[in-house]
Amino acid sequence: MSSRPVQHRAAPAGFLCKYVFSTDHKVIGQQYYGLALLAVFVGMVLSWIMRIHLAWPNAAIPGLQLLPKNGAPGGLMTPEYYLQLMTMHGTIMIFFVLTTAPLAGFGNYLLPIQIGAEEMAYPRLNMLSFWLTFLSFCVAIAAFFVPEGPPLSGWTAYAPLSALGSVAGPGEGIGQVLWAVSIAIFCIGQLLGALNFISTTLDLRCQGMSLMRLPQSVWAWFITSYMTLTAFAVLMPTCILLILDHVAGTSFFVPSNLVVNDQLQPQRGGSALLWQHLFWFFGHPEVYIAIMPAMGIVSHVLITNLRRPLLSHRAVIYSMMAIGFLSYVVYGHHMFVSGMNPFSSIVFSFPTLAITIPSTIIVLIWLGSLYGSKLRINTASLFALGFISMFISGGITGIFLAQPSLDIMLHATYFVVGHFHLVMAVATLFAVFTGTYFWFPKVTGRMMNEALGKIHFWLTFVGAYCIFMPMHYLGIAGNVRRYQAFVDDFMQPLLPAHKFITVPALITGAAQLVFLYNLIHSRFRGKPASQNPWEGTSLEWSIPSPPPFDNFGGKLPVVYHDPYQYGVESTAGDYVMQDSPEQISSVGGEK
Amino acid sequence: MESGTWSAGRECGSWELHCNLVAKLLAVTIIVIATASAIPIVLHIWAPPPDISLHGKLIDQQMSETMIEAGICFLASQILLGFFIWRYSNRPATEKIRSLPGGARGLVVAAVVVVGLEVMALGAFGTRAWGAIYFTPPSPDALQVQAQAGQFAYYFRYPGPDGKFGPIHPEKIDETTQNYFGLDTAKDPDSKDDIVTAELAVPVNREVQLLMHSKDVGHSFFVRELRIQQDFVPGLDLSIHFTPTKIGTYEIVCTQLCGLGHYNMKAYLEVMSQEDFDQWLKQQAAQQ
Repeated sequence: MSSRPVQHRAAPAGFLCKYVFSTDHKVIGQQYYGLALLAVFVGMVLSWIMRIHLAWPNAAIPGLQLLPKNGAPGGLMTPEYYLQLMTMHGTIMIFFVLTTAPLAGFGNYLLPIQIGAEEMAYPRLNMLSFWLTFLSFCVAIAAFFVPEGPPLSGWTAYAPLSALGSVAGPGEGIGQVLWAVSIAIFCIGQLLGALNFISTTLDLRCQGMSLMRLPQSVWAWFITSYMTLTAFAVLMPTCILLILDHVAGTSFFVPSNLVVNDQLQPQRGGSALLWQHLFWFFGHPEVYIAIMPAMGIVSHVLITNLRRPLLSHRAVIYSMMAIGFLSYVVYGHHMFVSGMNPFSSIVFSFPTLAITIPSTIIVLIWLGSLYGSKLRINTASLFALGFISMFISGGITGIFLAQPSLDIMLHATYFVVGHFHLVMAVATLFAVFTGTYFWFPKVTGRMMNEALGKIHFWLTFVGAYCIFMPMHYLGIAGNVRRYQAFVDDFMQPLLPAHKFITVPALITGAAQLVFLYNLIHSRFRGKPASQNPWEGTSLEWSIPSPPPFDNFGGKLPVVYHDPYQYGVESTAGDYVMQDSPEQISSVGGEK
Repeated sequence: MESGTWSAGRECGSWELHCNLVAKLLAVTIIVIATASAIPIVLHIWAPPPDISLHGKLIDQQMSETMIEAGICFLASQILLGFFIWRYSNRPATEKIRSLPGGARGLVVAAVVVVGLEVMALGAFGTRAWGAIYFTPPSPDALQVQAQAGQFAYYFRYPGPDGKFGPIHPEKIDETTQNYFGLDTAKDPDSKDDIVTAELAVPVNREVQLLMHSKDVGHSFFVRELRIQQDFVPGLDLSIHFTPTKIGTYEIVCTQLCGLGHYNMKAYLEVMSQEDFDQWLKQQAAQQ
């Protein structure tokens, strides 16, 4: 724990130092959030285009011809351009939104404050992390502007399609190299960020802040950082090998004797499955890298609005650790029908099924804590409750996909698309919204508009179910994913369902503009917020809104209590702040 | 607390009625969505086409058992979530916080014993279906057919009367001369009687061993009715076996993203009577 003497520090004066190349974790957190916001709108527009095209494949989409690279002459989508947009949708959403917002965005802003530190352990490294992430985003977007456009191999970039070069398809040359460069840079940014999070949590906790007194959100960021450190450390060299296959004539992922377009390819001795093993060794933990900070945020916000601690603080933390560990031994469930040894499929199946146990413990503890609580309804708690519903729906379909025998029917169908969108994308975004409505007053000193927030919630909650639930049915019927048009005889009767999905997809997307408006409007015109508007107990509510540059104004707090002292009788009401020396008379919940 | 600032702690205040309404509405919405989601499943509105394989019954059984167990968990947890939101939102200040009887310990035990064991048992049970396909070797008299996937078409090869496949020479693959497999019929005697076709015809009720070869990138072999999905992996020749039990025409589709024509990569599986198959094979041999 930190025992450094601290002095009051003022923010740097210059605009560049204060807002652009800032070493302040609060500015960096907002920069990550802003980047994720930009990325999510780009990714969402791409999904709109794809959904319109899937529902009305022969209709010209106005304005599409204006996009860089003439993939849609006259607004009519070409097959390759659909796949290119799909690749970029997945890449942007998974890396620059789902990894960036809940972990780097919220974590950077709040982790030091919640542990009672005035800064991150390595502020300059932190700045470097963000700017590497930003550079990585620019490189990814640059793929739109090169002659052949972005790659078409999907966000999973399966080799050898991704490793053969432009002979394999449009965008597989320079576009794929830019993709790999972008992801490699992204990995470095994340690795540095994770090191910073771990060091900060271990070294800079204030006096009295034992590990078990850390809030749920900090525990989630802390565990996720370990996962980031190991998962991205595998993805980065994997991307480097892919780049070498393109530019240095190596053949890590291209086997001998491939014939593409009637040309015998020169590469020798690589392995196609090697890519899949390396990619999913990263790719599965990545799912939890997105969802675990989301779980932490939701737990933290939910507790505040339940006015009671969780039934067990420790059980949730240990469950998150179990999920983190198991996430490395389940990745093979992405590869049941990939041609790996079928015995491995059974071996990967059981840990995948076992991950149900810690996930169920967490869900049951959320539900059990709702029992007998005094739930407050506001936009933040609505999104937190929506998260739980989405997490249950998306999680339960995982039981199907964990079984190799069922994967035979469901692999590469819309069942998978529905599953991972609900559990990873929608659930995580719900947590991002939860966190945004909850901490906005702390960050800006103003409240977000509750009426607009509730409109945003209802449209998003009902909309997301209307989009992703029918995808499960399509998948059960055998609707294959990653098709730009459904020309198979078998899929013709399924087309009306695709039209149905497109309508809520457009409406739910448009509903996000309400959120954007609320965010910008409330930033300048929102009602002024008090220091502790939600009557929270953790350290971020013990300092002014917005917090001063050095967080605690030149002194460090001392912590006397566990993080969630709600449902007690105190001078403040029904809660005692973590840094309040007040004795607690009665506590509901964990004994 | 500073004056003039907005405190959301008691944000319901004058909004109490409104907040209650929102909570009740959320509870009802969650329960309605959960129930409505289950209806298409219960009514079998969307279902895979009927099974035409020997092993498929095990997969279908496993699917319905998983559906029942997952469905119960799904409905129970969503309804409980909705009920608790309805019951415990915006309670008056005078009411006390209550703890769930049994506490966290009860829930952890429930998660491990009830859900964990159930799910693991389900998985163990499901290995039967997987084993039926992958852990049983093909019978020695299974019909061997080689399938080759390439951007964006499938080709199939039958060994001909000698029962042997001639070797593939990748450098000889040439679509313009229709030498899809790169055969050298001049030099390789085994290749001379090989029969190359664009559709996969097989006799009904006879085991088929499909030898899978990719010539360029990853592809897949998915026949919904056959309850078979297996990737083609370049550089790794795999084999899969199955016994079709019903005469008919079925679509073979590619499920592994293979490039711009992926959506349109398909072929047909023709399951025929033994007599029709013999006839068909003769016709194909004549056309080589």
